[in-house]
Amino acid sequence: MAELYQTQRAMRNIRRAALQRGVIGILDIGTSKIACLVLRFDGTGTFRETDGVGPMAGQANFRVIGAASTRSRGMRRGEIEVMAETERAIRTVVAAAQKIAGVRVDHVIACLSGGRPASYGLAGDITLEAGRVHDHDVARVLAACDAPDFGRGREVLHAQPVNFAVDNRSSLGDPRDHVGNRLSCDMHVLTVDGDVIGNLIQCIRRCDLELAGIASAAYASARASLVEDEQELGAACIDLGGGGTGVSIFVKKHMIFADAVRIGGHLITQDIAQGLRVPLPVAERLKTLSGGVEATGRDDREMLDLGGAEASGWDGERRSVSRADLIGIMRPRVEEILENARQVLDAAGFDQMPSQQIVLTGGGSQIPGLDGLAARILGPTIRCGRPLRIDGLAHQFTDPGFASAVGLALFAAHPQDEWWDFEMPADSYPTRSLRRAYRWFRNNW
Amino acid sequence: MPDVIDHRPNRPSLPERIKRDPAPTRLQYRLERMWLRPIWRQAVRVGVPSFLIALTAGLWLADEDRRATLTGGVRQVMDKVQSREEFLVRTMTVEGASPVVDKALRAMLPVELPASSFDIDLTALRLQVMQLDVIESIDLRIKPGGILSAVVKEREPAILWRHARGIDILDRSGHRVASVTARDVRADLPLIAGDGADLAVTEALALIDAAGPILPRVRGLVRRGERRWDLELDHGQRIMLPADGAVIALQAAMALERSQDMLGRDIVAVDLRNPSRPVLRLGIEARNTLRQARGQPLLGPDGRIIQDEEKTEG
Repeated sequence: MAELYQTQRAMRNIRRAALQRGVIGILDIGTSKIACLVLRFDGTGTFRETDGVGPMAGQANFRVIGAASTRSRGMRRGEIEVMAETERAIRTVVAAAQKIAGVRVDHVIACLSGGRPASYGLAGDITLEAGRVHDHDVARVLAACDAPDFGRGREVLHAQPVNFAVDNRSSLGDPRDHVGNRLSCDMHVLTVDGDVIGNLIQCIRRCDLELAGIASAAYASARASLVEDEQELGAACIDLGGGGTGVSIFVKKHMIFADAVRIGGHLITQDIAQGLRVPLPVAERLKTLSGGVEATGRDDREMLDLGGAEASGWDGERRSVSRADLIGIMRPRVEEILENARQVLDAAGFDQMPSQQIVLTGGGSQIPGLDGLAARILGPTIRCGRPLRIDGLAHQFTDPGFASAVGLALFAAHPQDEWWDFEMPADSYPTRSLRRAYRWFRNNW
Repeated sequence: MPDVIDHRPNRPSLPERIKRDPAPTRLQYRLERMWLRPIWRQAVRVGVPSFLIALTAGLWLADEDRRATLTGGVRQVMDKVQSREEFLVRTMTVEGASPVVDKALRAMLPVELPASSFDIDLTALRLQVMQLDVIESIDLRIKPGGILSAVVKEREPAILWRHARGIDILDRSGHRVASVTARDVRADLPLIAGDGADLAVTEALALIDAAGPILPRVRGLVRRGERRWDLELDHGQRIMLPADGAVIALQAAMALERSQDMLGRDIVAVDLRNPSRPVLRLGIEARNTLRQARGQPLLGPDGRIIQDEEKTEG
């Protein structure tokens, strides 16, 4: 894990440098769309009366100066499939956002929605020699967490200390200077496929951008959609995306679990295209404009035009279906997605949580009547969440589909502690690097 | 795809195919990002135009004929503007100057009138005129109506100074006004002589004022050792004045003269160099009279004692 520690540290340093320069880009690479926000950190924190709502929930030290989004290409299930296509899409969106912002973006923070995330809860335990917790003890206890075998080619994306305990006093946010004999910690580690991250990094590098941070999309959208109380008391965020559905559970303002269901909105479109025998763009339009999950009697009479000759293609006839038919196609798939999310939550033990709040976000959460259906499947306390308001974001970027972009912006502004933020204890440096340093000295002097 | 493909030559043109998912090429993207760098923007917006302007100007001016044409054109325009009626100076008026100075001033004007006011450099002309000793100050200006007006203030002659190279007229501050060939030319002015006398003209004038009653007898003042004055009277008499407080010493001598007719007696010199101890030097006649009364041998005109042997011989 030492190598990962170094790369993550390097990314954090890049991020710090970018914040110093004041401009950082946010790149949300999703399966259905790619969004880019350009943030300027000026630290003014000015509150305008016209905003109406209070001082932006403490998010006023940056503002969005450029935003653009485009249809995603070459992506499948949150992973890069055709790198050249994805690169073109990133170039498009970055160029558009730069043009609006009028500044050049060099550092971007990206998020990753695919890559089969897997979460682990690790526990570490050390004896305090000094009888008091010092800074290096925190690093020591984090290093003492016994990591299980993550599997071949897995990379750690997040490693966040969730909880500290000194002797029998648990749930400490900051254990420093506490008096005690034993320090133990719980750490949440999220791993993803290393190749997926490698592809993403490569793709961003090919666009002449430097990666200043990487986060899980489920984590980012939960940061944006869950209000502070929900994060504190415990809630699950379900991000209904195009290629996959991200699930993350927060409690005490820390993510304790994240997973992804590998079916999403694209499958619904595919079903509509197959069921109604229309091209995919038409199916997408039907889903977006007239989709739903709860059929009423009125929907039987509401006929939807499937388009003329150019739309329906070879047979040249004008066809129309009732909205009830469309709903009849969509509903089973939505149910399946929600069932899968339910299974993920059950596997995580969400029903043991003190608070059963579930927040639906992502582009899929805009299906009318989804909250009723989700309440039946997932549980009673459910709401459709929109991302937090951030300064300067245009209205068209405030819908739930941009939750992970907004969450990345918050992640850039207020990163949570990760394992690599603490100095690594000197004794756990691998001897290999010492030997390498020795060799370097010998070769150069 | 339409069912029947229209091949007629005058078929209506199909709507242009909408290009989906447009993306900038990599070159375009890089150029755009380069353009967003302030230094590039500056270089292209300022550097390239200025370079082009400089280049074309340089190439155009590289030819000798073009340069000549350009300078000729510029000069022509300048001449045209400068020789306009409004800038023409026709006459010169000189106020407060004697005829000689007036003539000299007119001769000093570098151009022939009428001339353009651009050709007359008033500052240089003023500096040149100020080199004339006789002129204390001059106010040169071009008045509306094409008049070059010179208001001159001449130095007033106050004293004559005789020195090794001739006789100069000085004003009250000791500045030279003019030269004269002989003392008689300005008999009305007092005369001073000696090295460094021109530096103490003020004191000399004060002394001459103080010498009021004996002024007809005064021949002049002589500066001794560049520190003190001798007042020379006719009949070879002189009053030696101290370096400091010369005027007071002279007033004391004048008081003596008034009360006792000192200078009417046979006195060669009044030595007032030490003010507390004035010394009189008697003339040869007076001394011989005294000597005769005392029965001493008389003195000759050279101041030596006439020997009795000569008398007996004579």
